[in-house]
Amino acid sequence: MTIKIFKYAGSFAENKDTARHLREEQIMPALKNAEEQVVLDFDKVTGATQSFIHALISEAIRQYSDEVFDRLIFKNCSSSLEQVVNIVADYMEEAST
Amino acid sequence: MKIHLSNYDYLRNFGVFLRGFDAENPSCLSITTNDKWINVHPGILTVVAALGLKVGPENIQFDEITATSGHYLDAMGLFKIINKPSPFSISTHEPAGRFIPLTQIKTPAEQSRFISDMIPLLHLEPADTEAIKYTIGELVRNVLEHSQSDNGAIVAAQYSQEKKIIRLGICDTGVGVKESMRYTWPRHTHDDLEAIKWALVPGVSGTTKREGGTEDNGGAGLFIVKSITMITRDYFVLYSGSGVYRLLKRRPDVRSIRLNSDPDRDRNSQTNTAPLFPGTLVAVDLSLDKVREFSSILDSIRRAYSQAIKQRKKERYKRPQFI
Repeated sequence: MTIKIFKYAGSFAENKDTARHLREEQIMPALKNAEEQVVLDFDKVTGATQSFIHALISEAIRQYSDEVFDRLIFKNCSSSLEQVVNIVADYMEEAST
Repeated sequence: MKIHLSNYDYLRNFGVFLRGFDAENPSCLSITTNDKWINVHPGILTVVAALGLKVGPENIQFDEITATSGHYLDAMGLFKIINKPSPFSISTHEPAGRFIPLTQIKTPAEQSRFISDMIPLLHLEPADTEAIKYTIGELVRNVLEHSQSDNGAIVAAQYSQEKKIIRLGICDTGVGVKESMRYTWPRHTHDDLEAIKWALVPGVSGTTKREGGTEDNGGAGLFIVKSITMITRDYFVLYSGSGVYRLLKRRPDVRSIRLNSDPDRDRNSQTNTAPLFPGTLVAVDLSLDKVREFSSILDSIRRAYSQAIKQRKKERYKRPQFI
């Protein structure tokens, strides 16, 4: 499945309630199916806060460890967005090792 | 309470503001101004507005403003937000290109709207606005989530075209940093300053002790904002209760900037004897010519953050004993 973040969060993703909703309603249920790939498409999203990305993906990393990145894919990220995703991925991986 | 707005209330001179702030009698607010000139950081204005909202317009005494620059207070929306008649009859300046007037934000939806609406007011290149949106996004959310403030967050910003600096302030009159951290971190919140410094440590969340945070809170927001200002060599002030932590400017001739997980290791000034502020203020300056490379700033922060968590985990391990 592909989730178009812009549709929910606008051009700057900072609303954690939106992130929580996407996590609970779409990302985590999809990841329960071991065959499913989840593409987070950040097309038209210029940036995001760490809080938003944390609320979006930290639980998935905690539950599935770094294996989740075989199935949780980030598409059309700006360079700063990539860095925010990497910040969250790094500290969640550190926390779970 | 009494607040004096001087002619050099910037973060560099934050002590001047503190000396003119009397927190006694918290049910009323008296505001005086420098008689010649008023130069006030937007963060200071957010304090005035937040306290004004808390006490109510009937309990605010605004002394006559004689400074020629007094209309700045009107243009920033101070009288409007505290619901007092403005002494200035001139029409309000269009905020475009210069400032974001005092704004009250009480819900996440209002926050999202504010962030999308404010950027056009500053008339900046998109690359210049990322760090601004990021900073406001993190700090306002902190207020809405942790402060328990009835009046939400008060936000204001000012752009100095001459110095190419954005000055930002986010303030609330909620429970303060110490109270919001006390339940989870009793050993690190004996006083306001200790709580402030603990809140600046990467990975420390007010909601959990668990490494990596909860599914909704990572405990990284304040550290990242402080680190952005560290890298851009600007000021960062966190004031709550009687505690003030102020990140000082780094010397321009020192090329490499080290991001420390322990705020005591940064070049700073701090006090735990400031007038008792019933809430929290975060005020920052951001030099626009330095925030353009925002992704490389975030990369430096990522590396420092990982290192800090590795180090903290290492400190928890038991060490072999040699007898």
